[in-house]
Amino acid sequence: MTPERRLHVVSGKGGTGKTTVAAALALALAEEGRRTLLVEVEGRQGIAQLFETEALPYEERRIAIGPGGGEVYALAIDTEKALLDYLQMFYKLGGAGRALRRIGAIDFATTIAPGLRDVLLTGKVCEATRRRGTDGAFVYDAVVMDAPPTGRVTRFLGVNDEVADLAKVGPIHHQAQAVMRVLKSAETAVHLVTLLEEMPVQETADGVAELRAAELPVGTVVVNMVRPPVAGPVDPAGVDRRELAAALRSAGLRAPTRLVGPLLDEGAAHAERRSLEAAQRAELAALGLPVRELPLLADGADLAGLYRLARRLREHGW
Amino acid sequence: MTEPGRDRERADVDSAVAEVPALAVDPLLDRAETRIVVCCGSGGVGKTTTAAALGLRAAERGRRVVVLTIDPARRLAQSMGLAELDNVPRRVPGIDGTAGGELFAMMLDMKRTFDETVEEHADPERARAILENPFYQSLSTGFAGTQEYMAMEKLGQLVARDEWDLIVVDTPPSRSALDFLDAPQRLGSFLDGRFIRVLMGPAKAGGRAGRKVMDLGLAGLSRFTGTIDRVVGAGLVRDVQNFVAALDTMFGGFRTRADATYRLLQAPGTAFLVVAAPERDALREAAYFVERLAADRMPLAGLVLNRVHTSGASGLSAERALAAAETLEAKNLAPPGMADDPTGQTETERTTAQESPSPADSGRDRPPGRRSPETHSSTGSSPTADEAAGHETAGERTVDAPADSAHADGADPMTADLLAAALLRVHAEHMRQLARENRTRARFTALHPEVPVVEVAALPGDVHDLDGLRTIGAALGDSAP
Repeated sequence: MTPERRLHVVSGKGGTGKTTVAAALALALAEEGRRTLLVEVEGRQGIAQLFETEALPYEERRIAIGPGGGEVYALAIDTEKALLDYLQMFYKLGGAGRALRRIGAIDFATTIAPGLRDVLLTGKVCEATRRRGTDGAFVYDAVVMDAPPTGRVTRFLGVNDEVADLAKVGPIHHQAQAVMRVLKSAETAVHLVTLLEEMPVQETADGVAELRAAELPVGTVVVNMVRPPVAGPVDPAGVDRRELAAALRSAGLRAPTRLVGPLLDEGAAHAERRSLEAAQRAELAALGLPVRELPLLADGADLAGLYRLARRLREHGW
Repeated sequence: MTEPGRDRERADVDSAVAEVPALAVDPLLDRAETRIVVCCGSGGVGKTTTAAALGLRAAERGRRVVVLTIDPARRLAQSMGLAELDNVPRRVPGIDGTAGGELFAMMLDMKRTFDETVEEHADPERARAILENPFYQSLSTGFAGTQEYMAMEKLGQLVARDEWDLIVVDTPPSRSALDFLDAPQRLGSFLDGRFIRVLMGPAKAGGRAGRKVMDLGLAGLSRFTGTIDRVVGAGLVRDVQNFVAALDTMFGGFRTRADATYRLLQAPGTAFLVVAAPERDALREAAYFVERLAADRMPLAGLVLNRVHTSGASGLSAERALAAAETLEAKNLAPPGMADDPTGQTETERTTAQESPSPADSGRDRPPGRRSPETHSSTGSSPTADEAAGHETAGERTVDAPADSAHADGADPMTADLLAAALLRVHAEHMRQLARENRTRARFTALHPEVPVVEVAALPGDVHDLDGLRTIGAALGDSAP
């Protein structure tokens, strides 16, 4: 039995719904008596939109009760404030922090050297993961991070290795090393969200290879928005169009001969898509990772849909 | 299942979508004044594919085009003959040049672009000092944001070469929409910033900026950089200082070019296309892009809406299709008792066995030879596929293979009724998808009714060759009046 995973990093190609999956996972992990933290790092307020609340401030606040009865907290990290926090934490800068802002150092740090932004974000998430209360227990039983997309996530998580190289000594060097230790430990898992389509699957495979090369622990592949299979055979090749029209008429449909063509086209497209999906499933299976599928939400990712996904995720071990 | 008012709502949504002005892509591509087309949009909406398809179409309609892509999917790159990532426009083979056009494509290599910029604008010794600086190496190999600067730099270079009639640009998948546009401004505010002058030392910090630093109450610059030294570790500040000093001579040019590119983007020769898919998040981003472009006074041509589903049988609603499917299935149900028969047969085989007793099917049996070989190879229609089974689902094809062989070898298990029922269920799913897409689009249209739209129908698979790009190009061009 591996140690319990407490930091879940959720990434995925754009458009695969990684924010939704991260939110559903935070809900799913909130068993009774437990507390999870859902962290947003890209400043898009996607979590607030999903949970249908106003924009999240830079503070950890409870936003939901999981289907298992536990509490879900959320945090949207504001980079500039995080930097000042960070400086305060290490140096007690006080007024000098404000001075830094006034001469543009904060701008400098968060725009021209956005790598520093990644340092702050990963640092903050690791801090929340390791934080203990007065009773000595972890404040959060699990932390779920809605991370940057697959193409950037390895670099994002590995930024502290670079920083440790750049700042060869001093507290920043040590902090960077400490963050990397957490991220590379068995406590952490990077999950990749994909769709059953070629490009997202290819990007997932590339992402897995990059994460492995960087010695970051890869967790689960989550296949999102899986459309339910249509019950019944849909193979339209070699069909007798007149028989089909007769069947449609017998079901009480008007103008059945005009329906036959479009229905067969849709059936053929469906069959083609299903066979492409099967090929993508095989590619994902070849990655040698656990794969979980989540259904397409007919009405989009609203709050009810989010809870449905969370219940689905609860059925699996994380 | 049927919701009252749903039909009414759909009618409203349809009419809202129907009133949207159409985006005429071909005239835009054909106009000699159009010199730059920028495709922007959130990730995963087919932005790169759209850029490539537009470039190909413009080239085959007679223009000399270069497509600047950023981090394309490997197969798409290969389809355009871009196997190597070498930062140089390459002629794409296999295009129809009868109209006199040509297509070039290139992939942005941001490190190389940065290196080349340094080499071009600094003397050799200084260039080496910059290139070997550890801070530079970090910055240039991909601290986020560099890609945006370098995309702007590369676009400026392509424009300056004046070898192409039309440059199609695929924007980077930025973490925040339109970081691309922010690049020159950020660079500007960075260069004007006092911080950089402080870093550069007293000589540079003189004048107003220097006095302000003193006003901050810090006891002089050395004390100040000393503080930073403590924070980031000794050595880093020195690296940054050296880097900034070395870049100093080229910064001016850098910024002038970025500003020029920004102004070029605002000029009438540029057309921005916002690319989206009919999904909530993608269209929300698209709406943001539209607003942001307006705020920056960038010329928006319209919205390219990819992966739109259509139906030739849209008159048949999902509810009616499902009801008809149920009727057909009920008709073909086995008499009581038979369903429990433990024959050990698969679902499909059992259906075959039930075919003869059903009066509805008499005389409809088809000869086994009717199925074509292509049918046999089509594996997509597995009726027993289990959506819930996690990674086990990946084995679906293998599991289904015996059933498929049974189709080909023995009697055809599908009655016309069951096929009709299955097709109706597929159609019902399809109509639900259409309804979802239309509702999502209606939200965008309500916000931006004036934005012209061109739709590209959803394809079952991805595009990985010129023919696929041509198909998309045709959809972009032809769907406009």
